[in-house]
Amino acid sequence: MGKRSFKIWRGNAEGGEFHTYETEITEGMVVLDAIHQIQAESANDLAVRWNCKAGKCGSCGCEVNGKPKLSCMTRMNSLPEEGDVVIQPIKTFPVIKDLVCDVSYNYVRNKQIPPFAPREREADGTHRMEQRDVDRIQEFRKCIECFLCMDVCHVLRDHEKKDDFVGPRWMIRLASLEMHPLDIVDRIPLIREKFGSGWCNITRCCTEVCPEHINITDNGIIPLKERVVDRFYDPIAMLKRKLFGDKSNKRLPVVEVGDSSASG
Amino acid sequence: MLDVSELQTVEHDVVIIGAGGAGLRAAIECSAHGLDTAIVCKSLLGKAHTVMAEGGMAAALRNTDERDNWAVHFRDTMRGSKFLGTWRMAELHAKQAPERVKELEDWGAVFDRTQSGLINQRNFGGHRFPRLAHVGDRTGLELIRTLQDHGVHQGFEVYMECKALNLLQEGNAVGGVLCLWKDSGRFMRIKCKAVILATGGGGKMWRVTSNSWEYTGDGAAMAYEAGGELMDIEFTQFHPTGMVWPPSVRGTLVTEGVRGEGGHLRNSDGERFMFRYIPDRFASETADTEEEAARWLAGDKEARRPPELLTRDVVARAIYNEVKAGRGSPHGGAFLDIASNRPPDYIQRKLPSMYHQFKELAEVDITKDAMEVGPTLHYFMGGIRVDADSQEATGVPGLFACGECSAGLHGANRLGGNSLSDLIVFGKLAGDGAAAYVKGLGAGPSVADEDVAAAVRNATAPLNRTDGENPFALHDELCEIMGEHVGIYRTEEGLGAGLDKLVGWREKIKNTKAHASSQYNAGWHEALDLQSMAIVSEAVAMAAKERQESRGAHSRADYELEDKEHWGKRNLIISRGDDGQMELRHYERPAPPEHLAKVAFASVEELDAMVASGEVQV
Ligand SMILES: Cc1cc2nc3c(=O)[nH]c(=O)nc-3n(C[C@H](O)[C@H](O)[C@H](O)COP(=O)(O)OP(=O)(O)OC[C@H]3O[C@@H](n4cnc5c(N)ncnc54)[C@H](O)[C@@H]3O)c2cc1C
Ligand code: SF4
Ligand code: SF4
Ligand code: FES
Repeated sequence: MGKRSFKIWRGNAEGGEFHTYETEITEGMVVLDAIHQIQAESANDLAVRWNCKAGKCGSCGCEVNGKPKLSCMTRMNSLPEEGDVVIQPIKTFPVIKDLVCDVSYNYVRNKQIPPFAPREREADGTHRMEQRDVDRIQEFRKCIECFLCMDVCHVLRDHEKKDDFVGPRWMIRLASLEMHPLDIVDRIPLIREKFGSGWCNITRCCTEVCPEHINITDNGIIPLKERVVDRFYDPIAMLKRKLFGDKSNKRLPVVEVGDSSASG
Repeated sequence: MLDVSELQTVEHDVVIIGAGGAGLRAAIECSAHGLDTAIVCKSLLGKAHTVMAEGGMAAALRNTDERDNWAVHFRDTMRGSKFLGTWRMAELHAKQAPERVKELEDWGAVFDRTQSGLINQRNFGGHRFPRLAHVGDRTGLELIRTLQDHGVHQGFEVYMECKALNLLQEGNAVGGVLCLWKDSGRFMRIKCKAVILATGGGGKMWRVTSNSWEYTGDGAAMAYEAGGELMDIEFTQFHPTGMVWPPSVRGTLVTEGVRGEGGHLRNSDGERFMFRYIPDRFASETADTEEEAARWLAGDKEARRPPELLTRDVVARAIYNEVKAGRGSPHGGAFLDIASNRPPDYIQRKLPSMYHQFKELAEVDITKDAMEVGPTLHYFMGGIRVDADSQEATGVPGLFACGECSAGLHGANRLGGNSLSDLIVFGKLAGDGAAAYVKGLGAGPSVADEDVAAAVRNATAPLNRTDGENPFALHDELCEIMGEHVGIYRTEEGLGAGLDKLVGWREKIKNTKAHASSQYNAGWHEALDLQSMAIVSEAVAMAAKERQESRGAHSRADYELEDKEHWGKRNLIISRGDDGQMELRHYERPAPPEHLAKVAFASVEELDAMVASGEVQV
């Protein structure tokens, strides 16, 4: 396949620029292979995160030709044959060095989420849940925390609203707890206030880039927004809740991936 | 001269090195005991190797087959270990795994369900009954996320992207850890009373491996340097099914779940060759016709298991031999076919990440076509020798180890699914062990400043050299040596030559040179990892040369048979001698406890009878 030219962003918090490298591309290579080859051949101190090299750990997210990607799952032959391959760090989080960003925001936010608390075990010591009742949250629990969705969410990326809106990754984590058949904690007020569900205007950009094909917006965020609306703006629902308790309706229809038209 | 008082210094009761399943479980337990606890890990929280585990975790929950119980699991584990596992550890593991798995559910884990709403369990090699609790083929992600999300509320500190370099000691007793921050290149000294190693394995010494960059044997090397012992280190598991094509993903794992869900192995003649490789020990429990294997897959409880589900060592050698005999697939592997046995939607539901992995990395649709697979270095059965109940490392007070970096449970061969359960069972016990130790200790050891300074000097040496070896190239050279001399089949001569080459190689790594920048300096970290790999590679080759038999994962072309009388009764132990050289000794295994021997050596029928009569309590 021959040599290809790469423009890789090198720098740190103070600033940086693109450097050009050439390396030999062979059959089946992914972008991360090329980065590693460049690192070994001519840029020993090039900073890049990775672990599994199989799309399972979510460490290697970056922007390849302007698109957020897992570099370990992006085959070289999926890119245009002409021109430089441009690689830069994801934008939503501050750069530490080269392709590595400071993602500590995510760990702070995760810790703010009230943890799972289960109902009592059944008399025989088990927890019973039907598969169809957990399909939905298993979808959310596929998340590998690559933060590509956080990279494209305009609320975080362009409007710098990280203090107000928790972002798509954490919205689906909240959804996975709220829709967990065993969980007894109520996070709805927090979802509205501290986590800022109102900021999401359903552009579906996050869903588009998710490498795990999680239907973040339609299956996760929209149902959460609906719960918030029910709670805070629907007097009948409020009355019902007073009479019958919370969290009575755990089962919701699952929307299949791929039927959403993304915009913005 | 370095002023040690200027180093960043923090203090905790106990430090856990590693944030995989074992480290996180240990940290949760230490916190529960009221200890001031910290974790140090090389990558970000949630990214440790455990995240890659696919197939499941083994525990006799009895949700899918009521005939299962701890005794059957224990027997499978001991037989899988080729009777070299530590009896007490295998007992603890089999008895405690169910409770540990259920506890995960209380912390938010969502396993796949049975018809009646319980945790579903799947078949795996070497397990007599469907025993692996799983979530599709991403069980490790579920485990690590559950422990992580529960763990962050337990009050322990996590130092991420921070590499532990050395254990600091007063005399023999552990009193701290010297660490290096990846993002700044600065050092941190942790003062503590106990350390739990949970650093995982060392597969990165081989080129074809399922392991990530983190697997450089750091824990085993740190324990060795601190005066600990390494046991069973010659047993390196080659998983039978790694990807073989394209070259850049050679070694990436294809879960055993594919065979558990009904996948067949075939050679280029289309023959289902595993029927020819059934060892005597397993003959009575393995189907000998395709017809019987098909009945088993259809759920017939009278039928015996297909030979594809024999233990990993057996299947890996079979594939290797088929390829060698010229019956390999186009890229030098065997064909693994699930498409002919299961409908596409079933495959996509049960093996979604395999589906994507092949689709995206190899452009193969596994719901239509067969995969090409071959052996890949996967797991270290051996590692740090520990006490079975407390997980305390032998010879080093205050040092504990759990998970893949420790030895004992798996002996000569690990059964699939027994690692994830190992992590949670022994992670907890290591936490208990460390807590008991710290509570009985009083004041912690005090470490001499000079020791700390020496460790810092050693670590900065590659930065200060004006000229020297490229650490990446040296890593490559090591893989070359290990692949050629310490591979799936080993010989006296080859291992001897390998050991000689390693001597020369170790000279070169004394002279590595890394770029002077200190932030995320990959070359520098590689240079430091080489120091761990130097110790562990020598230990593996030395023990492999000593063990003149084939057993489990250790296959000697010049000693093809198991030697029950001599080698079946001993484990090999490696430690540092007084002269600083690596030493090897034989540990003669005591006779097993009678109540356990009776279970492990029983036939299937005998065991079932013992359980039915109440002679064995389950
Ligand atoms: C692809 C794949 C699939 C697998 N599937 C299964 C399966 O289905 N079932 C099963 O039972 N087993 C499976 N295994 C094996 C199992 O996943 C591992 O053995 C297990 O996860 C190891 O866990 P651990 O907690 O010991 O270490 P790990 O999860 O590997 O964690 C090691 C930790 O130690 C840290 N560390 C290492 N060195 C240092 C250092 N010097 N300083 C600081 N931190 C350090 C790392 O950063 C990391 O946090 C699989 C393995 C692979 C590779
Ligand atoms: S739908 Fe749009 S606004 Fe909402 S979280 Fe996703 S990217 Fe952000
Ligand atoms: S939701 Fe998808 S894109 Fe977002 S962090 Fe998780 S895996 Fe990545
Ligand atoms: S390296 Fe793990 S997802 Fe890319």
